Amino acid sequence: MDFTFKDDHVDFSDSIRKFLMVEAAPEMLREIWETESGRSKALREKLAEQGLTALSVPEEFNGIGLGDLDWILIHQELGYYAIPDSLSDTAYLAAWLLNNLPGDAALKKEWLPKIANGSVRIAIGHPVNPMVADAANADLLLMWHNDEIHAVQRKQVQMTARASIDASRRLCEVKWKPSDATRVCPASHGAALWQGLLDRAALAAAAHLLGLAQRMLDLGIDYSAQRKQFGKPIGSFQAVKHQLADVAVKIEFAKPVLYRAAYSVMHDKSRRSVNVSHAKLACGEAAWVSARKSIQVHGAMGYTWEADLQMFMKRAWSLNAAWGDQTFHKKRIADFIYADGAPLGPGETFTN
Amino acid sequence: MRLEYTERQSKFRAEIREWLQANVPSHALKSFDTKEGFEEHRQWERKLNSGRWSAVTWPTELGGRGCDLIEWLIFEEEYWRAGAPLRVNQNGIFLLASTLMEYGTEEQKKRFLPRMAAGDDLWAQGWSEPGAGSDMAAIRCKAVRDGDHYVINGQKTWSTRAVFADWLFGLFRSDPESSRHHGLTFVLLPLNLPGISIRPIKQLNGLPGFAEIFFDDVRVPVENRMGEEGQGWNVAMATAGFERGLMLRSPGRFQKTSKDLIDLFKENRETADPSISDAVVKSWMDSEAYALSTYSTASRLRKGGHIGAEASTNKIFWSEMDLAMNEAAMRILGPRAELMAQDGDSGEIGHWMDSFLFSQAGPIYAGSNEIQRNIIAERMLGLPRS
Repeated sequence: MDFTFKDDHVDFSDSIRKFLMVEAAPEMLREIWETESGRSKALREKLAEQGLTALSVPEEFNGIGLGDLDWILIHQELGYYAIPDSLSDTAYLAAWLLNNLPGDAALKKEWLPKIANGSVRIAIGHPVNPMVADAANADLLLMWHNDEIHAVQRKQVQMTARASIDASRRLCEVKWKPSDATRVCPASHGAALWQGLLDRAALAAAAHLLGLAQRMLDLGIDYSAQRKQFGKPIGSFQAVKHQLADVAVKIEFAKPVLYRAAYSVMHDKSRRSVNVSHAKLACGEAAWVSARKSIQVHGAMGYTWEADLQMFMKRAWSLNAAWGDQTFHKKRIADFIYADGAPLGPGETFTN
Repeated sequence: MRLEYTERQSKFRAEIREWLQANVPSHALKSFDTKEGFEEHRQWERKLNSGRWSAVTWPTELGGRGCDLIEWLIFEEEYWRAGAPLRVNQNGIFLLASTLMEYGTEEQKKRFLPRMAAGDDLWAQGWSEPGAGSDMAAIRCKAVRDGDHYVINGQKTWSTRAVFADWLFGLFRSDPESSRHHGLTFVLLPLNLPGISIRPIKQLNGLPGFAEIFFDDVRVPVENRMGEEGQGWNVAMATAGFERGLMLRSPGRFQKTSKDLIDLFKENRETADPSISDAVVKSWMDSEAYALSTYSTASRLRKGGHIGAEASTNKIFWSEMDLAMNEAAMRILGPRAELMAQDGDSGEIGHWMDSFLFSQAGPIYAGSNEIQRNIIAERMLGLPRS
């Protein structure tokens, strides 16, 4: 029993953090927000140089061949810096789905190396999300249809852009016609793959949310240490301190839940989905509370476009309901705990 | 990261499970806040010790099993799972013992620890005073050096089960000229010394769970001091750290409550407000989060890490979780919730009121949650002191 990360996991995420700190300053985010596509080729190339696009792609397709546990700290960093890129969708989710397609699919050979070198974007359509993120920028769309997997080109679908409060999220309603030609995996095999995909997507969103929660807390700390009223920094007042302390508690107790979920996904434990739902709810709550407390601590500044806090709050509010909202994830947990003979109580935490 | 038990850990679990199945009393003991119940619980401590289960983390030569923190967690899980009695010597075994191991002399360890493990000495704490609650550095109760003795004068209060306990550990002002954290000394003393009078204080449930202790020229030999004279604050903070940290409330306790709450909700699903389900789901999530967090901390400590201000997040998390779980139970039980355990016909539900009452104390004892939030804000988040 060991709950600590290996040194190389920690070192890698440290190096990514340092890289993003320099390359993904809030000013750059604002610039990308203003562009029509909402995406930056230059940023994507830099992410690829760091090896992030190749992380999940097997070595035989020019990737690095790492797994869910390797990603979890990286997703947190991407959340912390609110990176405006569909990196997780393409390099984590689509790479996993493609790589696990049955048979010697030509699709793998065609797309995995391109994912690895960072030259493509892939969007994923799943019924849990009413819209498809990044569809307009996608070179390929992997779409759910009655548990089948369909690979569709952008020109084969009809898209209507929808405006999200988070300008980094580019959402589309997508209309398309499934056909034998677009189907790349039958439902018999696809059902389990879509389950695995949904769990990975919710896990990644949870990690982004935890990173966001930490960022908004850090912004609140910085602001409350600088801003003076009544002749003192407002952070010296208990009423302010206690709000931020509450956020720290939420983050502290969401973290091990997230890591446990990543482990369950990585090792395909039978309680995988329950662990993921727990992580999504706990990290979502941490982010939600962090947003509320941080805007309160920022005072009127927090309600402005000027303060950087907005970028992180908006991402948190959006992601909290992406890849399964609270109702969806609570139900998965309720189904588990209310089942007859459910393994509950002391000593069952690591029961598979 | 490897979230699986080793074969050795699984064997250890099987061993303790088997012992508890054979030895846990089939009937509930009387409350340890009564004289009779206190002695029943002492007998249980003796029984535990006979199987060498009373202090598993201690070295074997002192009566323990030399267990690491993961094994301790396994022990605690099995203990709560078995519905074994509450630990009447918790103040001693989980709090004072950790401090004794760190600050006590070899002689003190040999003198106090085996008797503690055996249930021969049951311990009470002497921190709070009428003018020193959350502000513990305001302690005034004096221990003035007189040759090879300290002479103690003053008052302690809110001392849990001191009416029945054998020994007290606490913090006293040894330098009358000093103030705040300076000039305090950590002293261990038997509660039957001449000059000590103890007055019970009834708690919410009507039982004498608290006591006030009055000291009138009580003479305590110098060898009962722990750590250096005047260094008592640091020694006490170590104990307080363990208290809010890992050992005061192990996760098994809350996982048991959560399981009981889930069962209660299922039994009452026809009549209970369906929206309570949210609180029931949350009870499972939070009790599991607490367990995962404890395993995570234990892993870190085992690799040489330290527990710092984040211990304060534990205290807030478990005490608020406990409140929420018990409030949910009250809501499910509705108009029957008010029935007490002492009510002969309350059957399976009366214990919820006991549990609900005790949950009200969680955010207050062991450093109020407001104090914990200050600690988190200043030491973990680096916010300026007021």
